[in-house]
Formats: sequence, structure tokens, C-alpha cells
Amino acid sequence: MRLLRVLIVAMACVIAVAGVQAQESMPPAPYAYRQLDDPEQEAKAQALMETLRCLKCQSQSIADSDASMAGDMRSDVRMRIAAGEDPEAIRAWLMERYGDYVSYKPEVSETTWPLFALPVLLLAFAGLVLWRRMGRGPAAREGKGES
Amino acid sequence: MNRWFILPLVLFLAFVGLAGYMLTKPKDEFVESRMIGKPLPEFALPAAAVDRPGLATRDFRDGKPRLLNIWASWCIPCAAEAPQLEMLRRQGADVVSVAIRDRPEDVAGFLAQYGNPYSRIGADNLSVVQLGIGSSGVPETFVIDGQGIIRYQHIGDIRPSDVPTLLEKLQEAAK
Repeated sequence: MRLLRVLIVAMACVIAVAGVQAQESMPPAPYAYRQLDDPEQEAKAQALMETLRCLKCQSQSIADSDASMAGDMRSDVRMRIAAGEDPEAIRAWLMERYGDYVSYKPEVSETTWPLFALPVLLLAFAGLVLWRRMGRGPAAREGKGES
Repeated sequence: MNRWFILPLVLFLAFVGLAGYMLTKPKDEFVESRMIGKPLPEFALPAAAVDRPGLATRDFRDGKPRLLNIWASWCIPCAAEAPQLEMLRRQGADVVSVAIRDRPEDVAGFLAQYGNPYSRIGADNLSVVQLGIGSSGVPETFVIDGQGIIRYQHIGDIRPSDVPTLLEKLQEAAK
């Protein structure tokens, strides 16, 4: 019984390792691990890659991830930048396919607007409270005392 | 002191309540494609296997709906869904596919072991189709109608219980 269990675990390991090796044996995409020759273009590509999310790994940018799909995305980004495409156009292209999920750059949208509106509202509220306490403070307090 | 004093406390408790509630809900890790209802991106892939042709966008524009399976020989759930793809093929579905980052000998080995339900297999070594169609992993299966419009996405391996849904979506796409 125990031997069987050991065997099953060993086989699972072999299958898992074989799977990973098969994936790794493919050469990476041309620009997955190679920078663009033009440093200005590379800087643009790097800035964009740091704000694009790896779709396979949770909460990593494609610049940080070693997943093969992230490598393909880096290569795609670099080749498009080298072809003269605008970084924001590349981001828009990806968001058209994967939604907000793929981008780490904050965007004001139907669902995210409260995040941007709330601080403004809170500041305005705090300002109002301060104005009442300090500016009109003594008068207000007198008024309260009278009533 | 007035009753407005209690407002921040109420807001804070509401926030804690919401956070607590969200913690109890299982995390949804699927990234759905936004390409449903849109045409397939333009692509033309070489064949990934010797006995099946490659795959291009124009292959989808002959009026016949198809299943587009995105898979790879190194993907373990792809082996698990192989019998279900065969079942779909036997029930009349035309299954075409894209093999992601795969070597011809690995593709041949996988097909020899798990069967070949595909009428066409394109080799996508740079994930071009995968990115273009909004797929975030393997395996995924899309229903494409006869005009090349993406109609439905199934994320993950196809279980026996998913087969009727996919057949139904194929029929819907034929209308």
C-alpha cells in the first residue's frame, strides 16, 4: 500500500517535471529576454511592460515574470515598439482583449470612478468642517450658545 | 456633539463588513476574453503536425461554425480534455486547433498518445493567436461562427458535463 503511494507520488513528479521541461525546451520568443538595440525604444518598452499584468501569474508584471506567456508578451511589446507603435496604443490593444485586468495603470472607468471621486469629496468635507470651526467658528459657537 | 458624529463609524463598519463578506467568497481567477462578438484576428499559422493542415483566419469564413481549441502538448489538463474533444468530434463538431509553443515531435507524441480530434492544427510559437483572441492560458476552447465571429469562450479543460453546452453554443452559432 505504502509502496503504491510512493510510486504514485514519484510518477506525478516525473509527469510534472516532464511537462515543465517540454515547455522550457522551446526557445524563447525573439525579444523575450533581449533588449531592443535603441535604448530610447527599450526604455519605452520597459516602462510599458512594468505596467502590464502577466495573465498566468497572479500579481506580477510581464517585466517581472518568467512564465513563457509573459515572455511572448514582452517580445510582442518590444517588436511593436520597434515598429514605431505608441505604448498607449499597445496597452489599448491588450485591454480590448483582456479588459482592465491586464493593465496596472489606474484608469477612471464606470467601476473605478468612486476611487477618484471619494478623496475629492472627503477633502471638500474636511474643508467645510474646518471652515465652519475656524472661519465662522466664534460666531457659530456664539449662535449655538444662544439657542 | 450630534448624530453626524456617528457617520464615520457607520462608514467604517460598512467597509469592514464588505471586506469580511468578500473574503468569504471564492476568488475568481478566470480572465474572460472581451473578444466575444468580435471577428477573429487575422492570422495564418503553419501546420504543427504532418498529417493536418495549418490554420488561418480565412478557414473560418466558409459558413460553418467550429470549435477552436487552444492547447499544448506540455499542458496536463489538455490531456484530460482529449476524450471530451473526441466526443464532440463524434457528435459532429469540427474541431480545429492552435498548439502553443510546441515542437513538432512533442505534438506528434501527444496526438499518438491521446488521439487526434483536430481537422487542422496551427503552430503558434509566439502566442500570436492566443494574445489576439484574448486567451490567457491553455486549454481554452472558443466557438467561432461561419463568418469568423467569436461567439463563446470556455476556459479550462472541457469536462464531460461541458460537452452539451458546447454543442448547444455551436448550434446557436449556426443560426
